[in-house]
Amino acid sequence: MNFSISLTMNGVRREIELDDPRVTLLDLLRERLDLTGTKKGCDRGQCGACTVLVDGRRINSCLALAVSQDGADILTIEGVAHGDQLHPVQAAFIAHDAFQCGFCTPGQVMSGIGLITEGQAGDDPERVRECMSGNLCRCGAYAGITEAVLEAQKTIANSDQRRSA
Amino acid sequence: MMNFDYVRPLTVAEAVAAASEKGATYLASGTNLLDLMKGGVCHPRRLVDVTRLPGLGRVEYLADGSVRIGALVRNADLAHDAEFVRAFPSVAEALLSGASAQLRNAATVGGNLMQRTRCAYFYDAPSACNKRWPGAGCDARQGENRLHAVLGWSEACIATHPSDFCVPLVALDAVVEIEGKSGRREVALEALHRLPGDTPERETLLDRGDLIVALRLPAEARAFAAHARYIKVRERTSYAFAVVSAAASLRIEQGTIREARLALGGVAAKPWRARDAEQSLAGVAPDVAGFREAARIALADAKPSGDNAFKIELAQRIVVRALTLASAGTPTRIPALPGSPFSSGVRHVA
Repeated sequence: MNFSISLTMNGVRREIELDDPRVTLLDLLRERLDLTGTKKGCDRGQCGACTVLVDGRRINSCLALAVSQDGADILTIEGVAHGDQLHPVQAAFIAHDAFQCGFCTPGQVMSGIGLITEGQAGDDPERVRECMSGNLCRCGAYAGITEAVLEAQKTIANSDQRRSA
Repeated sequence: MMNFDYVRPLTVAEAVAAASEKGATYLASGTNLLDLMKGGVCHPRRLVDVTRLPGLGRVEYLADGSVRIGALVRNADLAHDAEFVRAFPSVAEALLSGASAQLRNAATVGGNLMQRTRCAYFYDAPSACNKRWPGAGCDARQGENRLHAVLGWSEACIATHPSDFCVPLVALDAVVEIEGKSGRREVALEALHRLPGDTPERETLLDRGDLIVALRLPAEARAFAAHARYIKVRERTSYAFAVVSAAASLRIEQGTIREARLALGGVAAKPWRARDAEQSLAGVAPDVAGFREAARIALADAKPSGDNAFKIELAQRIVVRALTLASAGTPTRIPALPGSPFSSGVRHVA
């Protein structure tokens, strides 16, 4: 049985034919749409490497069936920069040395973007750490990750202010 | 993962009909079900995707003071609903103490109620498990069982219910609305989950095709908003299931507890309401002597199911801690580390 779904993938509308309902959103991205920036770590919702935004909210793409996302707006790490201009979270990760091997980084960046949109953590590092606990980093770059998310949040707030001024 | 048929009905009636056939299961966000399917623990022949059903995604504050929460409301949305946090702070704290931000964004209220135990032997398809295969035996009985049940367990099963959310909900008399083949009915959440007895494969009183459509909290539950906490011991500070947890809610007037609500998580196959302990607190001063007595009563019938005798002592200490923190007053804001006994610098309302 075939399933036709329609997704907005990094701003571009895509019509997708699925020949199997078992395909997760993660496998759809990596194996069928050639968007390999999103990583498969545990594939069981425990590590956060597969984090993407669905309709603006961060989720684990390994625990989402692609067929059930019909009509959704998906943002992956490939879609966050504007050409050569990095997203503020990406830039802050570089500035704060927020990674070593880099495998978890796409998920960390997407999770950081989601966290800033949610607006629950404020400037409290403890709340940032708590709200990032769904992303593991086996190199242990947590201190840099926390600093990067805090700084990116400030950068985004300042540029929002400039825009509305 | 075994293959399955996928259907996405547009009405509740269609969903119930589609899920009433043998081998069919409801799919909401799938954060637990897909994990179980990948592990070969569950192999439904048909998934009935309920995520497009109309009217199940709202939080409604009714004129009588009760709240009705649609089964498809996401955990994060409920936990951050300002009116909900004000009225039912221990429920919001429990939600935020569970899982990760990503999972709370996806997981639904109905799905949280229906999540399965995290017993490692249930999750490991080659192990003997009476839940997965009735009559197969229970490898947890002689296995790694320090996190297993100390209340209400049986020789057939010593698994615990993993939900944080359900713990304050049973304490506050939540009611579940169910749509089934013979129409709509309501049950107390406390009655939804079953103790294992000889039939641990029957985890709830739902029949085939039954769909949870909403959850309600009665107006009376608001009376505890000033003194309500959910406290949860984990093996790491965040993103872990409870070793033991407690939801404590107090109605204090003129320095005396008028009414108490107490429930425990991580101790049994269902969220465990401690009614005798609640009775012992009514009419006494909110002090540690009374809290210790309530804790003793709450765990009086507990017995180890393996290497977990420590949980009986730990649960009593967590009950005392939750009652102590509740009596000090609900924090003005949910702590940075929700549910954590290690949160510091929490300011309290008077």
